[in-house]
Amino acid sequence: MSEPICLRQLPVNTQAVIHSVAAAGELGRRIRDMGIVPGTTVQVIGRAPLYDPVALRLRDFTLTLRNSEADHILVIRQD
Amino acid sequence: MSQAHIRAAMSGQPNCGKSTMFNAITGGSARVGNYPGITVDRLEGTYRKNGYEIKLVDLPGTYSLTSYSMEEVVARNVIVDEHPDVVINMVDATALERSLYLAVQFMEIGAPLVLGLNMMDEVKRNGVAIDTKKLSQLLNVPVVACTARLGQGREELMAEVVQLAKDTKGLWKPIRLSYGPDLDPILERMAKRIEEEGFMTGRHDPRWVAIKYLEGDELVIEAGRAAGPLSAELEAVCAEAEKTTRLNSNTTPDAIIADWRYGFINGLLKQGVVTGGDELRRNMSDNIDRVVTHKLLGPLIMAGMLWAMFYITFTLGAYPQGWIEDGFTALSDLGTTYIPEGYVQSLIVNGIIGGVGAVIGFTPLILIMFAMLVFLEDLGYMARVAYMMDKVMRIFGLHGMSVMPLIMSGGIPGGCAVPGVMCARTLRSPRERLATILTAPFMVCGAKTTAYLMLVAAFFPQSPTGAMFAVVIAAWAFVLLVSRLLRWTVVKGESTPFVMEIPPYRLPTLRGVAVHTLERVWQYVKKAGTVILAVSIVMWAVMTFPELPEDTVASFDARRSIAEEQVKTANPQATGEDLDKLVSDAQTPITDEQNEAALQYSVGGSVGSFLKPVTDLAGFPWQANIALIGAFAAKEVFVSTMATAYSMGEVDPEDATSLSDRLAADPAWTLPAILSVFVFMLLYTPCMVTVVCIAKESNWKWALFSVGGSMAFAFVMAVVVFHTTKLFV
Repeated sequence: MSEPICLRQLPVNTQAVIHSVAAAGELGRRIRDMGIVPGTTVQVIGRAPLYDPVALRLRDFTLTLRNSEADHILVIRQD
Repeated sequence: MSQAHIRAAMSGQPNCGKSTMFNAITGGSARVGNYPGITVDRLEGTYRKNGYEIKLVDLPGTYSLTSYSMEEVVARNVIVDEHPDVVINMVDATALERSLYLAVQFMEIGAPLVLGLNMMDEVKRNGVAIDTKKLSQLLNVPVVACTARLGQGREELMAEVVQLAKDTKGLWKPIRLSYGPDLDPILERMAKRIEEEGFMTGRHDPRWVAIKYLEGDELVIEAGRAAGPLSAELEAVCAEAEKTTRLNSNTTPDAIIADWRYGFINGLLKQGVVTGGDELRRNMSDNIDRVVTHKLLGPLIMAGMLWAMFYITFTLGAYPQGWIEDGFTALSDLGTTYIPEGYVQSLIVNGIIGGVGAVIGFTPLILIMFAMLVFLEDLGYMARVAYMMDKVMRIFGLHGMSVMPLIMSGGIPGGCAVPGVMCARTLRSPRERLATILTAPFMVCGAKTTAYLMLVAAFFPQSPTGAMFAVVIAAWAFVLLVSRLLRWTVVKGESTPFVMEIPPYRLPTLRGVAVHTLERVWQYVKKAGTVILAVSIVMWAVMTFPELPEDTVASFDARRSIAEEQVKTANPQATGEDLDKLVSDAQTPITDEQNEAALQYSVGGSVGSFLKPVTDLAGFPWQANIALIGAFAAKEVFVSTMATAYSMGEVDPEDATSLSDRLAADPAWTLPAILSVFVFMLLYTPCMVTVVCIAKESNWKWALFSVGGSMAFAFVMAVVVFHTTKLFV
């Protein structure tokens, strides 16, 4: 198993499993409400024209968040 | 029958098809209102069958019951305060796992729940089967398969509501979910203490209160502090719990609670509820998105789409707008013909019919704009716009979704701030939304466009296109700059997290679009109409009273008689119509002069003169002063008031070239004064219709801030522009 990396660094079209969510407060809650909890499989499916925000696929739906928000999420790459 | 009346609440996460189902159930009976004190829409409707009357409230879409945003607070408070007999939870069956997260929270509160699994047609198409019976057994909640778009499952859903209301008789039964070895003992302890003290148990289940404390729910804790000293004890336990969880698993209690909720759902779904297809695929949407959000194509398609919307709104809208205006003109003519000349006629024709006519004239624009906006929103395209534009807009403290309101307001000249401000409601983040609403009126709306066209024709006849272009660029620059300033000062605070769902593309139903559009238009007509009627009357009075003293009027009358005599003696052969025409030609300049004098003599004129020492700082000619005051009612008034002030009589705002000639000839309009008026006109107080809209979309405090703030800002900018350009000219 590889080391956890920051979600920001995950390239497009690679899968990863959420390792931990470091965000607290409102941001943390919003992220968790949308289903980003440890153990969830996510895939980066695209980035906006200016590279930010990023679009993720998880739990059968598509979610976008900003890179600054992705910084709080650690993932483990599945190659 | 005692159970004949059932109160039910309709809930669900955003994009789950909740509103579609609500419309299908309630038919045409839905009524819109606002929740007391806030602007979130409240929809209510009734469903009748077999002697049962079910009153249905549509809750705002929310992902969770922890309250931060207005929608979430409302959703929770309706459940907790109004205690409906049944809660219907619509669920997007194509994203079942995430959707059940809200359902689990309803079950924790204890609300009698009916689950509507929506979009089952899509699920089937993807080769997936959901065992609703099994799901119902496992959750111990009735589950109904639906396709809201086609109205399928509506009757079954309501039958379950009736059955459940009969079974529970309004009794709530919270479920107990396990939150793991770390939190369970703590929750137990807290719940016991809460029960002993009877702490907030009048409204809530003790265990639920304990969970909310651990989740750090601000509203519950605040209410707890007011309820009694136990709050301090509970907060201490929470702090202790946080220490334990940090030590054991390096995380916080609220994260653990979310994890275990998802774990519960996951475990449930794994017991053979969902079969076929490892995951539901959304290939179609993904393929479309590869083009629509492409690095280069995406922005191009977006630009094309926005331009098309804009074009359709203002080109197509011009026809019905014209008809309505013609209708009001006809009404004015009727008034002029049948009401005897005097104050009453002037009030009804100029004040009421004119003012209200201007407002009603906007309705076709709002109708068309909202129909398209609701369509694109329901289709899922607006989420993509936000996704693409967010990076740029964020630099200025705005949100990806701010683009549309800004363009509507006149980001392309000819827009209108009224629909622009109203369409800002698509922004879910309150601070970015407020910044958008407050700056959108700076754009070059249609009324400002006519005024600028007239001024540009007068002062920059050699390069009108360049001048107009500069005005538009200046408008955008000011909007972005001021948004940034506002977000640093009065609307400061972290930008709202951009954690947003991108829904798959779904073709909206005609009915849904129609219902939402008509709601908006009706609200506009009703609420804006009443306030604007009042303001129109005030503006009319300001520009009419006091009237010229009798001897002055008499002297104008005398001059008109003299003119008539002169014409008659100069043209002894002329008769009938020819003579009348000659006479009226000779008299018009005198009447114009009288109108000018009357305007100067009125309260508006006095205020204009009174303000002269102040506006001299910005170099305004006195005519511009009055015109700018009048333009508060509607910016179109700028041109007509200028015409009166320059003794031009009636001038069609669309065709103001002769006025431009007059202006160009007036030496008071030096280049610094021209630029100063240009800037002031761009930035000063929004017209009254917009102010009312701002008040409606935020509150009167912000509307007044918009009036005062823009006025001050515009004046300072005008003074700066006047004096800097003076240095160079």
